[in-house]
Amino acid sequence: MKLTLKIWRQENPTATGAIHTYELDGVSKDMSFLEMLDLLNEQLVTSGEEPVAFDSDCREGICGMCSLMINGEAHGPEVTTTCQLHMRSFNDGDTITIEPWRAEPFPVLKDLVVDRSAFDRIIQAGGYISANTGSAPEANSVPAPRDKAMRAFNVATCIGCGACVAACPNGSASLFMGAKITHLGELPQGQPERWSRVVDMVGQHDHEGFGGCTNIGECASACPKEIPLDVISQLNKDLRTALKNGH
Amino acid sequence: MAVSGLLFIGFVLGHMYGNLKAFAGEESFNEYAHHLRELGTPMLPYEGFLWIMRVGLIAAVIVHIACAVALWSRAAKARPVKYAVKKNRGSSISSRTMRWGGLTLLLFIVWHLLNFTIVKINPSNGDTGGENPYALVVDTFDTWWMTIIYLVAMVALGLHLHHGTFSSLQTLGLTNSATSRARARAAGWVVAIVVAGGFSLVPLSVLVGIIEK
Repeated sequence: MKLTLKIWRQENPTATGAIHTYELDGVSKDMSFLEMLDLLNEQLVTSGEEPVAFDSDCREGICGMCSLMINGEAHGPEVTTTCQLHMRSFNDGDTITIEPWRAEPFPVLKDLVVDRSAFDRIIQAGGYISANTGSAPEANSVPAPRDKAMRAFNVATCIGCGACVAACPNGSASLFMGAKITHLGELPQGQPERWSRVVDMVGQHDHEGFGGCTNIGECASACPKEIPLDVISQLNKDLRTALKNGH
Repeated sequence: MAVSGLLFIGFVLGHMYGNLKAFAGEESFNEYAHHLRELGTPMLPYEGFLWIMRVGLIAAVIVHIACAVALWSRAAKARPVKYAVKKNRGSSISSRTMRWGGLTLLLFIVWHLLNFTIVKINPSNGDTGGENPYALVVDTFDTWWMTIIYLVAMVALGLHLHHGTFSSLQTLGLTNSATSRARARAAGWVVAIVVAGGFSLVPLSVLVGIIEK
């Protein structure tokens, strides 16, 4: 396959970036998207140019590092992470535009690499439970109803990749927050901090500069883990309950 | 945003139902308009009910606009650098046009109030109707371009209600499962079609001559 790649290049966080165009030949349909970028970088290094900086870690779709906006879609055209996207999803002769996540709280560090520490700070604000250290308690001593456990497990698949923010026209992280709040709020272990959690996380979210949710739904469509939109409703319900109870 | 929006939904449903009185003829329609002024008397003064509604709606408009401005400016600050390419995968025309559509509706409401309430502009013969609002309605919609303005506004209203109904239920935390979300989306369709369709019936009927003086 022969491709035309339009890639955002930016020297450092304060530099002005621009889209550069590269021609890449010899791409196999069996390559992953990141292997295709590796091939481009080999070509760039050989010709003495600076390789394109992009994030990746596990390359098996579970870590959430590979954050790329591909042709205007977070993680590209398939419902998966960029590392699990393969070149068979594209055609010979395609032009592919690759950009970093665009959000003020996710500053571009270099080229396609963004800093997602804002998510860590939202988690630190409330996305945890308090548990005593020591030997693990008997697993069945705290019963969890099956439907609640299933819902918690389903939304606990969130890997914090930031695709929801990247896809959201408002730059809101509500799907990410909603996933954490639903995941912890459905389980008995999450109850003690349930009401302070939602208030603190939303407070941190707004403080970081993420936008407000208008329920458009781009986030749920972009999510590689298919977190449904109803977690945002759960977030709103928990927030309403918490504020009513004076948290 | 959600609460003020739900108040508007209640209002437009009532307003639309009232407008359909035009099909009952000149006398019934004018009687209905007069009755709105006497509603609640003698407990309330003449036009008391109307003024309670007006003050409530003005307060809701202020809240609704303030929330919209806050959300719009937060969104602009959250994404200062735009994407070169951005596709829409989960949004609808209605959800993408909430802001500009809302502004369109605001402009329309200003015109609508000038047309029927504050100045009573009659585009065909300048007669303000006086005690005969039915005549003003018929004169207005006998003018083809006025009917078009109103029909375009009803498209904007339908779109706004389609996303707004669902969005308000989601914001209030009432759509916590796939089923309830589907129901809220269906409610959006029903409210949009009933309200925009119901409102459009009167201007269309005047234009084609079903309703006349």
